[in-house]
Amino acid sequence: MSNTVNVRIPTVLRPMAGGNSSVELTGATVGDVVGELVGVYPGLKENLVDEAGAVRKFVNVYLNDEDIRFLEKLETAVTDGDEVAILPAVAGG
Amino acid sequence: MPVVASVLDLIGNTPVVDVSHLSPNPRVRILAKLESQNPAGSVKDRIAMSMVEAAEADGTLQPGATLLEPSSGNTGIALAMICRLRGYHLKIVLPQNVTAERRQMLEAYGAEIIPSPAEEGSNGAVRLAQKLADEHPDWVFLYQYGNEANPTAHLTGTGPEILRDVPEITHFVAGLGTSGTLMGVGAYMAEHAPHVKMYAVEPPSGEHVEGLRSLDDGYVPPVFEKWGGIDALHGKRIVRPADSIVWTRRLVNEAGIFAGISSGAAMAGAAKLAERLEEGVIVFIVCDGGWKYLSTGAYTEDLETVIDSIEDVIYF
Repeated sequence: MSNTVNVRIPTVLRPMAGGNSSVELTGATVGDVVGELVGVYPGLKENLVDEAGAVRKFVNVYLNDEDIRFLEKLETAVTDGDEVAILPAVAGG
Repeated sequence: MPVVASVLDLIGNTPVVDVSHLSPNPRVRILAKLESQNPAGSVKDRIAMSMVEAAEADGTLQPGATLLEPSSGNTGIALAMICRLRGYHLKIVLPQNVTAERRQMLEAYGAEIIPSPAEEGSNGAVRLAQKLADEHPDWVFLYQYGNEANPTAHLTGTGPEILRDVPEITHFVAGLGTSGTLMGVGAYMAEHAPHVKMYAVEPPSGEHVEGLRSLDDGYVPPVFEKWGGIDALHGKRIVRPADSIVWTRRLVNEAGIFAGISSGAAMAGAAKLAERLEEGVIVFIVCDGGWKYLSTGAYTEDLETVIDSIEDVIYF
């Protein structure tokens, strides 16, 4: 089953994503959606995932604002209208 | 209350206020721990004191020493208060896009401000401080992001206080900055109340404030990795500026708690969590008061205008 989700692209990655701040993509899981994203914009791939296909350490991926590391990671199921956000890890304090 | 010899004796032992009337779930209580009651106004008083005392104890800090620290505000302000009283010189690497009040408080306590580029945000301040520390080995670099005394202050202070005052706690919510609060309180709960679940909230700063050149400029504090990191948490979510402001206003309007914007974010995270729980008792951290954010218009200006303007300001 395939669902349409909105993916928010961080400022830093927009040059590698045709300048888009968000794109509509389809998939059954967050991993499908990220896979489709790097399929459309191959320049994003090494920024987002490591050789093993896992989300890189300094990258946080959120489904409806929830960090997917605490859900089912890239296996997390998506439903129509969900929002996936990709953000760099930042300091605070 | 006993008379104390110094304001530094007033750090910690902060009160907890029941704000359950703001909970979206009548079966979930929400309690606010007011770290804003610390003498320099934020939760960071605890870690600043803890780091200075540890460095004095191991001889790193000698009388008259100069300290250097990257801070978006609160840690710097807390260190400035302590350094003034202890006779140390303090240099704070401060991103240029913090509120004027944060800068003024640092100046009030006599700290020297080294500005770092607004477009590089907190990560840029950390980078510049690391470079300056390398160039000036005589300056003491406490480095809150990697200093064991940071989470230790919460392991030995904040955590025990919470369990003493709220033994029925089931969930804890706090902002994720250096991760010191969550890692330290989490380590204490893991030992003494392992059923308590730990939740982090964070701002979506990466989108607006942080002009990172690549995601490799991202930053994960060493404290986070050393103290359990992802495995020590049960959830983490973004709270967007609109929700942060709405909840900051509800705290002041409906509970009389005049808190900073990141405390509104923590309250928003607590409310979201409450919706999903069957029942429970959530404690969240009010990490500072609202005083340092008045200039943003956060409390009274038109909501849309405020949301636009705080997207350019570091408020965590």
